[in-house]
Amino acid sequence: MEFFQPATWAEALQMKAAHPEAVPIAGGTDVMVEINLDHQRPAAIMDLNRIRELAEWERYDGMLRIGAGVTYTRLIDELGDRLPGLAMASRTVGSPQIRNRGTVGGNLGTASPAGDAHPPLLATDAIVELASTSGTRHVAIHEFFTGPKRNAMRKDELIAAFLVHPATGPQQFSKVGTRNAMVIAVCSFAVSLDPTHRSVGTGIGSAGPTPLRAPRAEHFIEDVLLDENLWNRKAEVSASALKRFGDLVARAAKPIDDVRGTAAYRRHALAVLARRCMTWAWNDYRLAA
Amino acid sequence: MRIGESVLRPDGPAKARGDFVYSSDLRVDGMLWGATVRSPHPYARIVSIDTMEAGAMPGVKAVLTHQDVPGRNLYGLEIEDQPVLASEVVRYWGEAVALVAAEHPEQARRAAEKLRVEYEVLQPVTDPDYALTSDAPRLHPDGNITRRVKIRHGEADPTADIVVKGEYEIGMQDQAPLGPESGLAIPDGEGGVDLHIATQWLHIDQKQLAGVLGLPPEKVRLTMAGIGGAFGAREDLSMQAHACMLALKTGRPVKISYSRTESFVGHVHRHPGRLIYEHGANRDGRLVYVKARILLDGGAYASSSTAVIANASCFAAGPYRCPNANIDGMVVYTNNPPCGAMRGFGSVQNCYAHEAQMDKLAEALGMDPVELRMRNALETGDEMITGQVIDGPVPVAELLRRVLSMPLPASGEFSGRAGRVLDGLVPQGEGGDVELTSRPGGVSNATHGESVVRGVGYAVGFKNIGYSEGFDDYSTARVRLSVADGRPRVEVHTASAEVGQGLVTVQAQIAATEIGVTDVVVLNADTRVGSSGSSSASRQTYITGGAVKAASEAVRERVLELAQSELRAASGLRIENDAVVDAVGNQVIALATLLGDAVIDETREFRPRRTHHLDPETGQANAHMQYAFAAHRAVVDVDTELGLIKVVELATAQDVGKAINPIAVQGQLEGGAAQGLGLAVMEEIQVKDGVIRNASFTDYLLPTILDMPPVRMDILELGDPNSPYGLKGVGEPPTISSGPAIVAAIRAATGREITRVPVRPHDLTL
Repeated sequence: MEFFQPATWAEALQMKAAHPEAVPIAGGTDVMVEINLDHQRPAAIMDLNRIRELAEWERYDGMLRIGAGVTYTRLIDELGDRLPGLAMASRTVGSPQIRNRGTVGGNLGTASPAGDAHPPLLATDAIVELASTSGTRHVAIHEFFTGPKRNAMRKDELIAAFLVHPATGPQQFSKVGTRNAMVIAVCSFAVSLDPTHRSVGTGIGSAGPTPLRAPRAEHFIEDVLLDENLWNRKAEVSASALKRFGDLVARAAKPIDDVRGTAAYRRHALAVLARRCMTWAWNDYRLAA
Repeated sequence: MRIGESVLRPDGPAKARGDFVYSSDLRVDGMLWGATVRSPHPYARIVSIDTMEAGAMPGVKAVLTHQDVPGRNLYGLEIEDQPVLASEVVRYWGEAVALVAAEHPEQARRAAEKLRVEYEVLQPVTDPDYALTSDAPRLHPDGNITRRVKIRHGEADPTADIVVKGEYEIGMQDQAPLGPESGLAIPDGEGGVDLHIATQWLHIDQKQLAGVLGLPPEKVRLTMAGIGGAFGAREDLSMQAHACMLALKTGRPVKISYSRTESFVGHVHRHPGRLIYEHGANRDGRLVYVKARILLDGGAYASSSTAVIANASCFAAGPYRCPNANIDGMVVYTNNPPCGAMRGFGSVQNCYAHEAQMDKLAEALGMDPVELRMRNALETGDEMITGQVIDGPVPVAELLRRVLSMPLPASGEFSGRAGRVLDGLVPQGEGGDVELTSRPGGVSNATHGESVVRGVGYAVGFKNIGYSEGFDDYSTARVRLSVADGRPRVEVHTASAEVGQGLVTVQAQIAATEIGVTDVVVLNADTRVGSSGSSSASRQTYITGGAVKAASEAVRERVLELAQSELRAASGLRIENDAVVDAVGNQVIALATLLGDAVIDETREFRPRRTHHLDPETGQANAHMQYAFAAHRAVVDVDTELGLIKVVELATAQDVGKAINPIAVQGQLEGGAAQGLGLAVMEEIQVKDGVIRNASFTDYLLPTILDMPPVRMDILELGDPNSPYGLKGVGEPPTISSGPAIVAAIRAATGREITRVPVRPHDLTL
């Protein structure tokens, strides 16, 4: 196995161009497990931990541009107020030790349908910044996931960062696991309210070949909020509308039976999670000063 | 350091710091690494094995198959039915077929991949009920029934006013010791081998290895290596024979250390079971009869199945007076993963069933479930369904009374009756008022109190301590007193396995108490001293403790004889704080002075009461020598929409006879309950068509600190007149009734009839 340790981002891109087979590693919380379990024997590994700018975040054109190497712990501590949904999801990732090492960049690279960061990124229309020696491109998050553990990256590209708007309204994230901590999602759901644009974003995890959005559920609840003038009235959303929202989210999922749960349970639980998350988020909006 | 005092483990700081040397950390210069080639099929005929390509791989020093087994290619704890390396057929997924030794572990693994085995794949038998039928292929020469236990007690066809029936299913639990199977075999250059190994019984390993290696036992010497948990998983051979074979073949030390995934196929598991029950009772709640059919899936090889099914059958009715019983216990061979010993050993599966039945019966009678249990509770002098008259303290009703009277969490109410807790008593709170970590789903943010219902459930269980059915239960201890650096020092040497349970302090405490010397060292266990039996059946404090006590008493007697003859002192001498003292406690002579260069060295064997075989037709016998009891109350919050669970509190009362090391006893009560909780709500090896689908800690879930609640404990020391210091085995009862209490609480919260464990979210919602 070859081992690359670029000191700069430019060097990393050159190495990746020359050795497209090299597997990038940051926290190692996915890659090392794959290697230790002998599921993967990469011909080459590229350690990105020396590249300082990957571990930085900044404001960028009204958005937050967050380096692929920023850990979950730092996301929670430094950006939890501006990205509450992503912070909530980050808190459910593994153990403190894992959160100290793991990164959203790694989550995107692995592109597991169960990645905890994905639903809030979907719900907030995040953008993935991919880079290679031939340049940088931005991929919308809903176009990033192309299949189970597959994404839109080319072989010569690395994930530089992701871009996301700071929250303008309440966000929620909720997941089901059969243990009360350190558990891979049986299914998960994120919702983001955007009072400025009067829009609602959703994200579904672990209930399809890729993380998914629930567009019909979004449109439905956006219509309810507009039609009943709820954004201004700050009144409660009817129980029936919330239930319908949950059902539409469940319908958007494409779950399977696997070792963590059944397809039927995942649909059932998603409907509950979506209804509860929407209720909590809306109550936060209504009751905010 | 005396008995009854809380003593900290000597290896605690090293383990906390990460300095402790586990068996997987062993290394020696020039050692090779072994890897095991395993069957990818649950059932197949081996057509051919081609070792050429594997043998030619870089770094490879040996490739061994069944043809290279030097002795008899069969072993087993009760029945010799398992090959060291499969020869004609493989009977389970992951069965060992060949071995490779290489300079580097990765070279060994890569070479193992190049071993070519041609299989003729056969249709596996994966349903234990099907295994019983005449259509099923016979997996072993004597058929598929490993053992059938019949218990016929009282009338043949009793009738009762109230009858309740139920069918229960128990999933396959793993012992999941954090330390994987590992060890180091070092050839002695004279045809023998020294094996450093983490095991539960050095001498049974030695005996089996001698047979497999074709060596006399004295040429197979074993030394205990650092153990990272056991819980029954280390009773059978795993890599022991393989490492020794490779070491003897190559003439070099060989280490084998399993990965976590390999560990899941490298040891036996708790038997999954199907249990069909019928209870009959009078209107006053007194049990008239229990009928049960207990079917355990033993998997591909017998391991300790024959003893497990005996326990499952003997204790099928629970710790209750039951004048009539008709129990059919069967354990069968299938092509599923082999099952054997795990903490609770057959008493866990049936406790789920008999306790669910008692709750059902209480409901049918309109009676409080704890009251029903107390009304039927076994007492000293009662006859069990095996005909054995139970002696010693039998505090079943007392234990229930004590857990019943403990205050309930949060509400502060006493006497928490079984059932659903009224909403007003469950802390609700809006959003952040109650911490997420105290909710079902924990940090996953699944509920802020919506649909959370609280239930309270009770269970009581029991099992035997020590070996049963005539098995010669004994332990050997050597105790040596000498003077070192001017101070008297006692060395205790036994072959008993310190598996984390705390025997290391128990041995030292007993020797210190009996001899009156403060400096006591417990030597590492090895086969240079006689057998101590296994660290299982909650027996070591009793049996090895008894042996250490006997040897220590012998040493003390010799010291006092010496004192008397040297000093012509009066009688009534004792030893206290490193000195011989007279009847009123005045020092007569310091031990160091008395002993000088003398060494007092005594070895003793200790045997408890004999036990007897179950009658094959009636199951009647004094089959067990001691019984231990525990009761649990569980308070559980259930999110009824999502089916998620938070065990809020476990409360337990257990009679330990005498707590030799109270802090270690508390640890056993907490750890045992955690393992019981695991089976109740999350731990299951999922097997499909004979293949394990979740052979890793990613998907085989163990409870975390957010799943395991605080345990409220009431430890009774009632004193058994038959045992050393009156003690009872402690380690297993906490694992027996904790899970059934949790399931009872979930039933109370949800109103659902739960008949299968672990309870899964979809069992509570769909």
